[in-house]
Amino acid sequence: MTQPSEAELAKRRFVEFTAETIKNTSATDYPGVYPGEDHSWNIDKFRDSFQVEFHETKAFVSSFSLIGLSAPIANAFRRILIAEVPTIAIEDVYISNNTSVIQDEVLAQRMGLIPFKIDDDLFKWLKWAPAKGQPRDYNTIQLDLEVNCEWFEDGKDKYKKAGERDPRKLYKNAHVYARDFVFKPVNRQMPFVNASNDRGIPSPVFPMHPELLIAKLRPGQVIKIKTHAVKGIGADHAKFSPCATASYRLMPKIDIIKPIIGADASKFARCFPEGVISLKPVTEEQAEDENSPYAGHEGEKYAVVADAMKDPVTRECLRHPEFTDKVRLGRIQDHFIFKIESTGQFTSNDLFVEAAKVLKLKCLRAKRAIQLMNK
Amino acid sequence: MVRHRDEAIDAMLEPFYYQKHITEKIDTARDKWNLLPAFLKVKGLIKQHIDSFNYFLETDLKQIVKANQKVCSDVDQKFWLEYTDIRVLRPTRVDEEIQPHGGSTVTPHECRLRDMTYAAPIVVDIKYRRGSTIVKRKDIQIGRMPIMLRSRNCHLKGKNESELACMNECSVDPGGYFIVRGQEKVILVQEQLSKNRVIVESFKGVTQASVTSSTHERKSKTYVLIKKDRIFVKHNILVEDVPIVIVLKAMGIQSDQEILQLVAGADKVYQDQFLINFEEVMKDDIQTQQQALEYIGSRVKIMRRPVGQYHGRNYQQEAIEALSSIIITHVPVQGMNFRPKAIYIAYMVKRVLMAIDDPKLVDDRDYVGNKRLELAGQMLSLLFEDLFKKFNNDFKARVDKVLKKANRTNELDAYEHLKLHSNHITSGMDRAIATGSWSVKRFKMERAGISHVLSRLSYVSALGMLTRISSQFEKTRKVSGPRALQPSQFGMLCPSDTPEGEQCGLVKNLALMTHITTDDDEDPVRKIVFILGAEDISCSTGVEMYRDGAYIIFINGTPIATTMQPKRFLTGFRKFRRMGRISEFVSVYINHHQAAVHIATDEGRVCRPLIIVEKCRSRVTQRHLESMRKGMMDFDDFLSRGLVEYLDVNEENDSNIALYETNIQAHTTHLEIEPFTILGAVAGLIPFPHHNQSPRNTYQCAMGKQAIGAIGYNQQVRMDSLLYLMVYPQKPLVKTRTIELIQYDKLPAGQNASVAVMSYSGYDIEDALVLNKASCDRGFGRCQVFKKTNIPLSRNINGSLDIINAGLLDLTKEQHKKLDWDGLIMKGEKVTKGDIYALKQTPLNTTPSTLLRPEGASRTIQYKNAHPSYKLPVGAVIDQVALTSSESDITNIKILTRQTRRPELGDKFSSRHGQKGVVGLIAEQADMPFSQNGVCPDIIMNPHGFPSRMTVGKMLELIAGKSGVMTGALQYGTAFLKPRDPGVQSVVEGYGSELIKHGFHYEGKDMLTCGITGEVIPSYVFTGPIYYQKLKHMVQDKMHARATGPIALLTRQPTEGRARDGGLRLGEMERDCLIAYGASQLLRERLMLSSDQHTCDVCAECGLIGYSGWCQVCESSAGVRKMVLPYAAKLLIQELGSMNVRTSLKLVEEFPASKME
Repeated sequence: MTQPSEAELAKRRFVEFTAETIKNTSATDYPGVYPGEDHSWNIDKFRDSFQVEFHETKAFVSSFSLIGLSAPIANAFRRILIAEVPTIAIEDVYISNNTSVIQDEVLAQRMGLIPFKIDDDLFKWLKWAPAKGQPRDYNTIQLDLEVNCEWFEDGKDKYKKAGERDPRKLYKNAHVYARDFVFKPVNRQMPFVNASNDRGIPSPVFPMHPELLIAKLRPGQVIKIKTHAVKGIGADHAKFSPCATASYRLMPKIDIIKPIIGADASKFARCFPEGVISLKPVTEEQAEDENSPYAGHEGEKYAVVADAMKDPVTRECLRHPEFTDKVRLGRIQDHFIFKIESTGQFTSNDLFVEAAKVLKLKCLRAKRAIQLMNK
Repeated sequence: MVRHRDEAIDAMLEPFYYQKHITEKIDTARDKWNLLPAFLKVKGLIKQHIDSFNYFLETDLKQIVKANQKVCSDVDQKFWLEYTDIRVLRPTRVDEEIQPHGGSTVTPHECRLRDMTYAAPIVVDIKYRRGSTIVKRKDIQIGRMPIMLRSRNCHLKGKNESELACMNECSVDPGGYFIVRGQEKVILVQEQLSKNRVIVESFKGVTQASVTSSTHERKSKTYVLIKKDRIFVKHNILVEDVPIVIVLKAMGIQSDQEILQLVAGADKVYQDQFLINFEEVMKDDIQTQQQALEYIGSRVKIMRRPVGQYHGRNYQQEAIEALSSIIITHVPVQGMNFRPKAIYIAYMVKRVLMAIDDPKLVDDRDYVGNKRLELAGQMLSLLFEDLFKKFNNDFKARVDKVLKKANRTNELDAYEHLKLHSNHITSGMDRAIATGSWSVKRFKMERAGISHVLSRLSYVSALGMLTRISSQFEKTRKVSGPRALQPSQFGMLCPSDTPEGEQCGLVKNLALMTHITTDDDEDPVRKIVFILGAEDISCSTGVEMYRDGAYIIFINGTPIATTMQPKRFLTGFRKFRRMGRISEFVSVYINHHQAAVHIATDEGRVCRPLIIVEKCRSRVTQRHLESMRKGMMDFDDFLSRGLVEYLDVNEENDSNIALYETNIQAHTTHLEIEPFTILGAVAGLIPFPHHNQSPRNTYQCAMGKQAIGAIGYNQQVRMDSLLYLMVYPQKPLVKTRTIELIQYDKLPAGQNASVAVMSYSGYDIEDALVLNKASCDRGFGRCQVFKKTNIPLSRNINGSLDIINAGLLDLTKEQHKKLDWDGLIMKGEKVTKGDIYALKQTPLNTTPSTLLRPEGASRTIQYKNAHPSYKLPVGAVIDQVALTSSESDITNIKILTRQTRRPELGDKFSSRHGQKGVVGLIAEQADMPFSQNGVCPDIIMNPHGFPSRMTVGKMLELIAGKSGVMTGALQYGTAFLKPRDPGVQSVVEGYGSELIKHGFHYEGKDMLTCGITGEVIPSYVFTGPIYYQKLKHMVQDKMHARATGPIALLTRQPTEGRARDGGLRLGEMERDCLIAYGASQLLRERLMLSSDQHTCDVCAECGLIGYSGWCQVCESSAGVRKMVLPYAAKLLIQELGSMNVRTSLKLVEEFPASKME
């Protein structure tokens, strides 16, 4: 068994951009298999080579790199994030009265899409709602919306005298917002209401974006609705998806093969977003070394890659003939820069952990199935 | 002046200044197009209809009444009645009191809902004789006139947006249609060959000049044609063609020399050609006018005369009558002065001679300048005049009847009788508009399909219908001429918007800036002609008329004067027009081939405004545009100051029009306002249409009308029988100027979808699209379908009424659960197939006679249940329940059902470039490819759609849209748009550099990652937003299958069509396949067993069909056998029998006994 050289490994990992196509996008037909080489998977090896880097960690947006992973695994995380991590969303809508201009079905659909957050304890306690059957306290969250639009007491005066036309200043409840939903706890849900929480809001269920507009009303119009929110997954309906988006991109790699000096260098820098390429003056040493390509260019600027990660795929430099053969653009195949935007139920970082849990469950399920198969 | 009505357009004007501030400099070359919104502000999109209708109400109506002013009696010579005035008031309800100046509260929307006609009373002032006194009466209603929405009499006229909203009317709706019996009806623009103009044609070797004369009284067609080198006059009234010389002699031109000069001038070639005509006449020896009249009179067809007045025929009298009032009627003969008419005929002869000499001088019938467009006003005026004449005739007959009675107790008061007939005009107008069949008795005109129901599928479809022009002639003829695109259509008719197939090229659409003229008075124009120094033609001889350098001046095709300085005359005339001394729609142009100056004042000419160029300089300058922006000038000011003028097709052909200011040369006379106005309103929706293959734009014009979107601001209160609405319509990211001008961005029909052009999954072949399921979850492509059900409570012949019997309500019944206490279904209730709408009952006895009722039977009416129910297989929600009562006092319950549909497999979508496709797959979001930013496309489109379609405009839309998304601005894709930076070749470059700035590839091609494998896709994918329209063709309305079901009564075969739950036909060709394959049992099953199998008794002896094992013919049961055959075959045999054709069946043993042994 021969082991490939580092250069060979790097070459294998390199996804190269050309003007019209992308080369070496995937592994071979049998990923990770090369004749005469041992690439058998092994946990220790994986543990040694696998790295995680964090780039951005905010509550609901985070970005990090997973290095040393294969695409199917990274993709599995992404897919699970989008479609299989459960959250709650409004599923059943019972309309007692809706005299707004929005039709019942449309209103119901809009309500379904409102992202709600419930306290983690309550969320963990909740079970899946059966497809059919009675809603129970352990699988259903009841949210009521009761809005009456009417004139403010001084509204009519304002309209006539001040010429006020902004409906929000004239009528009470001219706009119906997500915050108008009221959580109606039942039976065993009661304790969760009283449980102390760090937000200082008594309700354990609340919309992530209280200012989300649901409908507009005019005096005399009424919305009286009872809704049931349940646990569900994004594969069933996008409203259950816990993330706004979860995706990854590969780590960019820019190789400057031949030096780019002078005016070309600044043009080269302009081909990329700011910060990707920086310009450095040729040092005296470099200029004096006759073998160096910088010979005789002292003081002139030359291009160096400053931060490849910022590079999108403009490929602008491939358009200009002066850079042909001087630069090689590409990505690193096993370096995944994840970006996860959460809709609120989980923080972005937790979301990935949740995804990992789901993946683990799935693996166990598969394992069980395989074991059963062997019997 | 009240200007508040224009709020919408005013606001629209703003962005047109490229977000410049008032102080910024105006560039005339670029900003001159601001005239366009200004034009539309004054004219409106469909102003042609409204103008025409207004003209009819203001002028035409009065002229019609003036022409039929007096009614006299044949019995009593002293009696007369005279109409002194006619007016149409504002719309009222039928049962309202007429108030000459008062307002009725009726609104168009009420008429739509209540199935009424939006009509106004027609009132007349009369003066008549009663006994010995003359009585005057005012404001007598003689009928009701349907009123065009937004015309001068309409209640909507001059209302602002909030007032319109109070009337449940949409402020964007253009009006221009009628509401008759609750339906919105458009009278389409009709295209015709121009009237009262000489047209020279060469047809199968016969060269002829023809003229269709049309006056209020009569329409007739006269030909001057050449047969075997001799020239004849041909007319319907003449039994045979009359030699031209005789006609001219009959008109009082007796000298041969004079004839020759009138016909040919001094030209030797024409003279030689004409000479033979004299020889011909010599044979008949006709020299004098008397002889000629005698000759013609004997060839006039006998006209019907009132019985008993026959005095024998007076040939001379008849000839004079025919010549003066029937042949070429539009040239009036005053007294016995035939000279103008003789000159006219001589001119026709001249044209024929010229065309023979030089075949190029034959006219082109398809030339737009030779066409006239007939609008609603003209159509109604034809109809009204006919009805008014009939009204007067009826009235006269009635009066005569009364006057005939010898001993009348009291004096005849004509007023009493006049009132009685008012229904005739009302119902005549109503019926014509409601059915679209126009029958005008005096012209023997019978035309169907004049009016159509306004298509409310989308806002564009309604708009497209209002600008539609339908051609009257040559539907079946297989010539391409009338269908072809005419160069003279430029700027007048849209080159893209025409249907495919049968109607291709015959149905056209108006371009954005066209105006259609109404009639202008000839007299002032004639005066100006003479003021400008032209000589009266009736004073000049033929030689003078046709001498070198002399030009004949025609007004509406009739020669009236000559001039030696045509150029000076022309400029003088135009100067007068630009000064406003003559109507701006009077056109004048010179025809050097005919040595003629033509002036046209007639109605129905298409024309469009252009900027006047003088001394190589556009008359519209920076200063004017600035003051327009400040609101100090409007389009009419531009007209009255002579900066802009209207040119009709003929005059346009005579001008040199520069496209852009840079193109102005020494001989340029006009400057185009904006090139994109050559397209119509519908084609104007397409971004970058100048980059598309032309048929694609045509396809989009057809599809734009099927797109689901918003219909109008009043869409929620409308109750149309079928209405499609989109739940979340969006305005397009890449818009055009036209989109803003027609306010499509306020009532859009489509959504901006993020599109990836790549192949995916194989479910995208043949133009199929792949949709993102998450996008559909979030509301992409979601639409609503509203269907109306009418439940009329009609009155039966015996006066009994259908009822809603709420007393039947029994809430314990499952069927009644969805009903309210009033016996009607509740709003908001979900309905499925079979659910009852209302507890309707109809009387058992609807026969008119009450005598049949048995003695002692109770007087209470017996009822039977007739509960209407929901019929469709897919459920719906009750959107609205309305109780209305119509004009005839019938209660009508209207129930509107609503379905909300999310896109499903097989639903049809289309971009704005004629690229339609059905949904082939709805993919999970996780499976969709995603970009570097994590963006998943909403739609994946197969790239094979591009090469053969060559819709480059779509690619540009994508790039423009993408850069627009990145910069946060809406982009323009207006037709013929030039890049703002003169150094740049194309607009794409700008978009490309914008994309680079935001980290995208300049061509819009992104690197995507496959959502299934997680690996990078090895090619770059063209990704970006494209505006997609959802079309009305949805799978749910089409899917159909049947195992068993209803059969047709007569043939006992399965019914046909989805609506009747019909079977799927195995047709002839499919049958052929099965025969060829030899699948005889399958064939038997499909064609008989599964269809109309019938067992009957056939008598083997006589071959006839018996019954119950008995043959009636043989009177035995011996040979009767059971037989299975298709019921249709049995039916055929019996039907033949009913025609005395005996069909006998010969029976043969299937398994003969001999073989068995």
